[in-house]
Amino acid sequence: MEQIVFYVFAAVAVGSALLVILQQRAVYSAFSLIVCFGALAVLYFQLGAALVAALQVIVYAGAIMVLFLFVIMLLDPKSERFGPDRFKKTALAALPAAAFLAFVLLRVFPAWSPRGSGDPLGSGEGPKRIAHILFQDYLLPFEVTSILILVAILGAVVLVKHRPD
Amino acid sequence: MIEYFWLALVPPLAGFLFNGLVGKRLPARIVSGAGCAATGASFLFLLAVFAEFIRLPAEEQQIVHRLFTWIQAGTFTAECSFLLDPLSMIMLLVITGVGFLIHVYSTAYMEGETGLYRYFAYLNLFVFMMSLLVMAGNYLLLFVGWEGVGLCSYLLIGYYIERKSAGDAAKKAFVVNRVGDACFLLGVFLIFKTFGTLEFGSLFETVSRTHPQPESGFTVLAAITLLLFLGATGKSAQIPLQVWLPDAMEGPTPVSALIHAATMVTAGVYLVVRSAALYSRAPDVLLLIAVVGVLTALLAALTALVQRDIKKVLAYSTISQLGYMFMALGVGAFSTGIFHLFTHAFFKALLFLGAGSVLLRLHHELDLFRMGGLRNSLKVTCWTMWVGTAALAGIFPLSGFFSKDEILWRALDSPLGHPVFWVAGLVVAGLTAFYMCRLMFLAFYGSPGHGHGESGSEAGTAVTAPLAILAGAAAVAGVVGLPAYLGDHRLDHFLAPVFRYSYDHGVSAGHGASHSLELLAGGAALAISLLGAGLAYRLYARDRSIPRRLANRYPGLHGTLLQQFRIDQAYSRFVVGGLKVLSRRVLWRAVDVGVVDGAVNGTASLFRRWSGVATRMQSGNTRTYAAWIVTGAALVFLYLYSVID
Amino acid sequence: MGMVPATHYLALGAVLFVIGVAGFIVRRNVITMFMSVELMLNAVNLTFLAYARTWNQVDAHIFVFFVMTVAAAEAAVGLALILGLDRHSQTLDIDTVNRLQG
Repeated sequence: MEQIVFYVFAAVAVGSALLVILQQRAVYSAFSLIVCFGALAVLYFQLGAALVAALQVIVYAGAIMVLFLFVIMLLDPKSERFGPDRFKKTALAALPAAAFLAFVLLRVFPAWSPRGSGDPLGSGEGPKRIAHILFQDYLLPFEVTSILILVAILGAVVLVKHRPD
Repeated sequence: MIEYFWLALVPPLAGFLFNGLVGKRLPARIVSGAGCAATGASFLFLLAVFAEFIRLPAEEQQIVHRLFTWIQAGTFTAECSFLLDPLSMIMLLVITGVGFLIHVYSTAYMEGETGLYRYFAYLNLFVFMMSLLVMAGNYLLLFVGWEGVGLCSYLLIGYYIERKSAGDAAKKAFVVNRVGDACFLLGVFLIFKTFGTLEFGSLFETVSRTHPQPESGFTVLAAITLLLFLGATGKSAQIPLQVWLPDAMEGPTPVSALIHAATMVTAGVYLVVRSAALYSRAPDVLLLIAVVGVLTALLAALTALVQRDIKKVLAYSTISQLGYMFMALGVGAFSTGIFHLFTHAFFKALLFLGAGSVLLRLHHELDLFRMGGLRNSLKVTCWTMWVGTAALAGIFPLSGFFSKDEILWRALDSPLGHPVFWVAGLVVAGLTAFYMCRLMFLAFYGSPGHGHGESGSEAGTAVTAPLAILAGAAAVAGVVGLPAYLGDHRLDHFLAPVFRYSYDHGVSAGHGASHSLELLAGGAALAISLLGAGLAYRLYARDRSIPRRLANRYPGLHGTLLQQFRIDQAYSRFVVGGLKVLSRRVLWRAVDVGVVDGAVNGTASLFRRWSGVATRMQSGNTRTYAAWIVTGAALVFLYLYSVID
Repeated sequence: MGMVPATHYLALGAVLFVIGVAGFIVRRNVITMFMSVELMLNAVNLTFLAYARTWNQVDAHIFVFFVMTVAAAEAAVGLALILGLDRHSQTLDIDTVNRLQG
């Protein structure tokens, strides 16, 4: 069962990821990315990270991607024109990428494949354990993150604010 | 309360910050009031501490307070630690006590000066730094105070910023002191390298264990003490670094009294006494100190004979008296050196303040030969200065008699002493009496010179009160160190705990030498002093033509004396001139033009040639940059893979 | 119903990451490039979680949270930058914005 789910959603993720970078129109890319994120959320769930999966759908696919769509609609970008040598250029990037990927998958992974097993969030008490770690061991980074977000908000406001030149 | 003795540092620092930060906008009365109050508060606090301190048993009179760890690096630790023992107690009382009087005096002397806030801020900073110097519990903190007082000295010598000569004198003092300071620092390094600690307590204890006996020859202790002594010669104006002190008289007179007579210049003496545990184990260095002290005392006293400038006379006198102190230290009589430091602080500060009073009256006329007849208009100044002169000349029973006589006696009696020192000391005593009486007769007697009439009077209580108090102190301060034939040497007993780790050469034990011999030596010194005074009376009070004729007949000798044996000229010719030649020929032409400029130009042209290649990589295309990043990351990954597997 | 080996998750992560990298380099539209970055971040998240299960370490989940937070902050600033870029030069083509050259 797990295998079936994994391979199906892995295929969906890879396919939609490829669509993200191959679509001419940005809005299609964005929708493909949402699909990809959804597929990944399923895989997260399968890895025992139910909370992360939920956040993936709510925050990533929900909030962040809505932001993207917002900007796309606001700017209404013209479709990016792929020139006549589109495939030549793509191949120029794709070939080394594919070669590298093949090397990693065929040589590195068999050598480094992790041995270990287990379900870190067994028996459904996941969020509780995560909360313990987050608010005890990682309290300071957590608080620092809030400053990061604040700075990001301020930065965004300053950047977008219309300055009369 | 006694464990909080280090709080005495707070008021002067607060005064410095107050006047330094906001003093510029405040009226003069508040500025000078704050300056006096800061030092006065410190003095009163220290008196209270002293009252408690004196009641402690002798073995407990060694209070160390660790404020915080200042520097920690590997095995090296420097504490910010303070030490209160009899030596620092005496020094602190002198610094803040005399300092307070001079602050009060300054309020009148400096009246109407622009930049009064600067003056009082520096003066308070000086009191702070000097207190830090004598309170420091280790050599590093002592060095901070040491440099701090040097800085204040520099700032105050150059106080009259509009005068070029003041700026030059300040620079000279600073540079000459740097030479000594560098040696001091090297000595401190050597201490740490040899003994691994800079804290006085543990260091001296270690030294007394590892070097139980003094060793002659060039031992590591000799190197350390020699370097520290070179530092002391800078601060205390001894040969060969004595040249800065006469020029330092460019500063305001109260500054000369406080810094260049009573306190800062005695820092070198303090340093040697503080390090007595080291010095007492390096007899050869002690001999060198004694020789340097005697030579300096003689040379400066001879120079003082012919000076026309009233402050220069006092400056050379200070150098000479410091030479005396070093002579005492050199024969192993450390507490005697401190005794003379103690009495000298009073009468020399008194003499400088008196000179300042004269200058106020004469609108800063410095030339002794244009003064005269001031005894009627400056009665208080005149008689207080006579007290100071008599004390300095060593007339019984004023304080200077006891301390100077003790030095002379130790020079003769100590196992490290030598009759030559004694004879030279006697000569200096005679010269001292002569030049001081000459100053008094020229300034206060004879006909009024310079067109100033008999009218005019003292400057006010702020001037006369410190003079009177200092005169009283100069008169009676000797009672703390009465010679054996008169009574008890209380200072010796009081200071005894300071020297617990020093090697005892049996200096103060006496050789069973009879009191009568000591009495005879004292009588001889007194007789010589009176002889000098009488000669001065004959030459300057009765008939002034003889000195002029002498000067005309031996112009070379007179000029040599006047210019301090032309040491300054020799320095500027050989040391400064040599440095200039070295700088121009070697450092500039060869090193700077050849090596430094060549390297810089070569680097520049190299980069110009190669930057063309780098420019082409900066296409400005974001995707190209991204590709470079990815390529780099992939290469790093491959490298890691190849290394790990 | 056997478990999928962790290596497969890692391989999927690698594939997605390389796709993201390729997209970032190939595409000229700033928004699409941005989405490629998000893709890379998600590939890393997947790797984190795969290792978390393998070695029974919950800490990796925390890092995923932080990555998401950073991604959100980055999206806010990045999209603001894109708006600024559009307003400034009326284009979203990264190749026309090449003033950062030597």
